Amino acid sequence: MKRDKHLFVLLIPYMVLFLLFTVLPVIISILFSFTYFNMLEFPRWVGWENYSKLLWNDDVFLIGLKNTLIFAVITGPVSYIACFVFAWLINELNPKIRAFMTLVFFAPSISGNVFFIWQIIFSSDSYGIMNGFLMKIGFIYEPIQWLQNPDYMLTIIIIVQLWLSLGTSFLAFIAGLQTVDRTLYEAGAVDGVKNRWQELWFITLPSMRPQLMFGAVIQITSSLAVADVAMALAGFPSVQYGAHTVVTHLVDYGTIRFEMGYASAIATVLFMLMLGTNLAVQKLLKRVGE
Amino acid sequence: MKLAMRLKKRVNRSWQVDIMLLLVLGLFGSFMAVPLIYVINNAFKPLDELFIFPPTLLVRNATLENFADLFQVMKNSWVPFSRYIFNTFFITAAGTAGHILLASAAAYPLAKHKFRGHKVLFTVIVLSLMFSPHVTAIPNYMIMSVLGWMDSYQAVIVPAFAYPLGLYLMKQFMEQIPDALLEAAKIDGASEYRIFWQVVMPLVKPAWLTLLILMMQMLWGADGGSFIYSEQLKTMHYAMGQIIQGGIARAGVGAAVAVIMMTVPIVTFVFSQSNVIQTMASSGMKD
Repeated sequence: MKRDKHLFVLLIPYMVLFLLFTVLPVIISILFSFTYFNMLEFPRWVGWENYSKLLWNDDVFLIGLKNTLIFAVITGPVSYIACFVFAWLINELNPKIRAFMTLVFFAPSISGNVFFIWQIIFSSDSYGIMNGFLMKIGFIYEPIQWLQNPDYMLTIIIIVQLWLSLGTSFLAFIAGLQTVDRTLYEAGAVDGVKNRWQELWFITLPSMRPQLMFGAVIQITSSLAVADVAMALAGFPSVQYGAHTVVTHLVDYGTIRFEMGYASAIATVLFMLMLGTNLAVQKLLKRVGE
Repeated sequence: MKLAMRLKKRVNRSWQVDIMLLLVLGLFGSFMAVPLIYVINNAFKPLDELFIFPPTLLVRNATLENFADLFQVMKNSWVPFSRYIFNTFFITAAGTAGHILLASAAAYPLAKHKFRGHKVLFTVIVLSLMFSPHVTAIPNYMIMSVLGWMDSYQAVIVPAFAYPLGLYLMKQFMEQIPDALLEAAKIDGASEYRIFWQVVMPLVKPAWLTLLILMMQMLWGADGGSFIYSEQLKTMHYAMGQIIQGGIARAGVGAAVAVIMMTVPIVTFVFSQSNVIQTMASSGMKD
């Protein structure tokens, strides 16, 4: 018991803050989602009203949900696979080039929100590098309003999101690849593994399943929470809600309209979406290499 | 050529596919690098070069004008630019240091002493990796206002102490420390605190360098969000946003801030890369 006392001393500072700033907010959020709360009056219990309004009567939420799912379905798997493929390719290089390439791929995600560069690249006048280039080669004659046109917005945000997405899971994969037991490959070759693709499926992927799981959690969570890039590039609210997502909807109700109960319902739906996708994907990943 | 030779010797490799894959890597590598190269070059472009049509990627006559302008322009603004730099450094340093300390302290009992309830605690941590901070933004705002932390540094710094990712990585890494080592220290009469501080912490240096990188990346880009209103408490990220709003006239100065913003995290990563990779190797989730 005395030993335990020391351990709790080590544990408690972190846990108190964790409960206060992570667990408690989730509980509060779920509770508020069943109330009408405008920050001025005491919250009033309204049951499932927020949810039914959200899912059946809020067209803008449905646009946001649709955009979020388009983002997630494209950027989630693509960036997850890209993280793995690039880590795998880099792993075949010699250590010096490997360190350099790791930096090249990791730099965008680490360089502290400088994704506004893309705003300059896709700027709607001819000083934007994309318009300038396309006009120079004679592909277009006048500048395109990339970030004001709902036809292009989503695609550009997806591209920028992909550019940013080789982060923590990319590093986890590089590390995972370096821990795969080398002798397994030789043993595999003896047992009839014929090429690098078979090697990948039967040896590499199953050996790094723990890292794949970790990477999936990180990627899913971040791809369902797309908002910062969308707001920075397409503005908020974006033209015809072309870049509206679940999180921007949450920001709208939470920090502009101050309908906290409704915003909490949005947050809860997002939370369930993230949790559900994570658990489903984890089930799927357990079958890799079978 | 040496590279091709080395690769050729490995089992199950054909050089044709090698070349193809290297091309793929090079192509996407340039996609990743070009925007950063562009912004770095923009930062050194003199005014007339910024307005060339069509825009050029590389700078011809490099100048430091934009950096000088940055401090000049911002000197006369509400608060001097150096104040934004200080705020960003302060928030990043305090948040990162506190996080490393508290997360390591909490990871040690979770990794090395199986007390009652450790499984539940760890499950909650893993679950909390599964949702983004956006979900908790509104309740967090209310908690801050109840605590009276609105418009203060600690509203950004203290929650950073308890991010789940750091504890998670730290615990996974600490589990690899052989128990025998800790037993030996205990027999020598060391207290739990001493074991933690003098045996465990030096051994997990790669892990805390990793937390350093990850936390720094996060806090360095923080703008204080909905918590900070006073101009003199705002960060470089916020100042950058203001400058970018200035549009094309401020393009060079904007690029200069961006270069200042990205240099620090990238340089830190370069120096700690091998340690970071070593920690990430233990990041996995066992099923």
